[in-house]
Amino acid sequence: MASIVSVQSLKKTYANGFEALKGVDLEIRQGEILALLGPNGAGKTTLISIICGLSMPSSGRVMVGGHDVVSEFRKTRRLIGLVPQELTTDQFETVWNTVSFSRGLHGEKSNPALIEQILKDLSLWEKRDNKLRELSGGMKRRVLIAKALAHEPRVLFLDEPTAGVDVELRRGMWAAIDRLRETGVTVILTTHYIEEAEEMADRIGVIRAGELLLVEEKRALMEKLGRKQLRLELKAPLSALPASLAAFGVSLSPDGRQLVHDYGNGAGEGRIGQVLATVEAEGIAFTDLSTRQSSLEDIFVSLVGARA
Amino acid sequence: MNREAIKAIYLFEMMRMKRTLLQSVISPVITTSLYFIVFGTAIGSRINEVGGVSYGAFITPGLIMLTLLSQCISNGAIGIYFPKFTGTIYEILSAPVSMVEIVIGYVGAAASKGLIIGLIILATAAFFVDLRIEHPFLMLLFMVLTAVTFSMFGFIIGIWADNFEQLNLVPMLVVPPLTFLGGSFYSIDMLPPFWAAVSHLNPVLYLVSGFRWSFYEVSDVNPLISLGMIAVFLAVGLGVLQWIFRTGYRLRK
Repeated sequence: MASIVSVQSLKKTYANGFEALKGVDLEIRQGEILALLGPNGAGKTTLISIICGLSMPSSGRVMVGGHDVVSEFRKTRRLIGLVPQELTTDQFETVWNTVSFSRGLHGEKSNPALIEQILKDLSLWEKRDNKLRELSGGMKRRVLIAKALAHEPRVLFLDEPTAGVDVELRRGMWAAIDRLRETGVTVILTTHYIEEAEEMADRIGVIRAGELLLVEEKRALMEKLGRKQLRLELKAPLSALPASLAAFGVSLSPDGRQLVHDYGNGAGEGRIGQVLATVEAEGIAFTDLSTRQSSLEDIFVSLVGARA
Repeated sequence: MNREAIKAIYLFEMMRMKRTLLQSVISPVITTSLYFIVFGTAIGSRINEVGGVSYGAFITPGLIMLTLLSQCISNGAIGIYFPKFTGTIYEILSAPVSMVEIVIGYVGAAASKGLIIGLIILATAAFFVDLRIEHPFLMLLFMVLTAVTFSMFGFIIGIWADNFEQLNLVPMLVVPPLTFLGGSFYSIDMLPPFWAAVSHLNPVLYLVSGFRWSFYEVSDVNPLISLGMIAVFLAVGLGVLQWIFRTGYRLRK
């Protein structure tokens, strides 16, 4: 699949000498949802800021839709919508005006029908004439999303979209982002909620201390990381694995003293009961039973924990 | 050139003026009316004509300049400072607009507001004194050039300022003394020679003097020199802006 955003050996050192990005390479595919995970201060916001034009790269380059974000900023910034982390709004403006302003600012002719559709999709239509200061935090967040969508961007950056947002609203936000993806918009979101990445993303990137540790398909990552394992300590070693257990994907340890059953993330989930019943039926006695799970969270913590 | 963006910024700023109509229009009008009553009518009736012009009429150009300068600087400064303060500047910095377009939008709006208020004060003055404008087009040219130049200075101050105190420093502490000492209320001929010479270091003298010439053909300095000085101020402002664009000073990290 074609890259819509291409980040090449991107480095950023701030004036105070802090190295926020230490050579990041990242290809973002058209139409995907990419979640960037990382602890605070890892460089997520800096990366987004450079792609969107809020910050200048120290070295390396970023291409969006085949255009350089520095020399061809007019082309790239028209393709990009940005929802910032902070709830920064013009308190005294109305929802309608602030969203219309965003469209004009990006060089698009006014299109009231489109703004109406965006506001309706984000359940803001009833509030269109309200001043922003009259809105709740969750609504303000949605106004920021509406502003970012007003010029029909092809790539949407959401910096911590659900920080400080209650559970119900978070679900609503996820649904809204899902609908966006259906229209072909590429979505990049940063988060430190693993659950959010798990729920929404096609691919997950993990960033720590200015370095991109990995970028992988969520499924592959979950298979690798979201593993659960059942271990049975046998009373007497087995010489061979019964065929009935092999059918469940159960394996026997080399010394024949342990039965190991991998499950979790769709691979054999919910079959523990059957496995145990089969063990019983085969007349295999065991002295102990243990389960182990390595969730995305565990792996994430182990990946980023080296510094944290 | 992203015309839609310039239009969006300009209209957005003008809307803000409409929202704050009371403080942005009515307050300068009241203040200036008070000047007319105190200096023009009460004290002015005891002062002789200055250069063949009644005192009330003499101070009118200076009063308009005083308001124009402080309004343009304040508006230009707040226009860009406010988004910096609230954080909404992220949107302008991530939009497909160049710094030139940003400046045209903000400075254009600040200058327009200043001009509207200046014209309202001119109309107010007509209630208090007999106004005579010998060169209306030149008068407008002076107003437009001054409005644009000082809105630009305001914009620069707005980018530089880190807090509201710094923001108000120039319009509150620098503009009034320079205007009062720049011949708004007197002809510098009335000063001892030393202070008359010192007054020539005051940039506002050239603005007030040239502006007054367009009304009554009475001036402290040659009106062409006045125009030349405004051109110099404009060039200085553009030079500073050029430097800000190049370095991204206080805008882009």
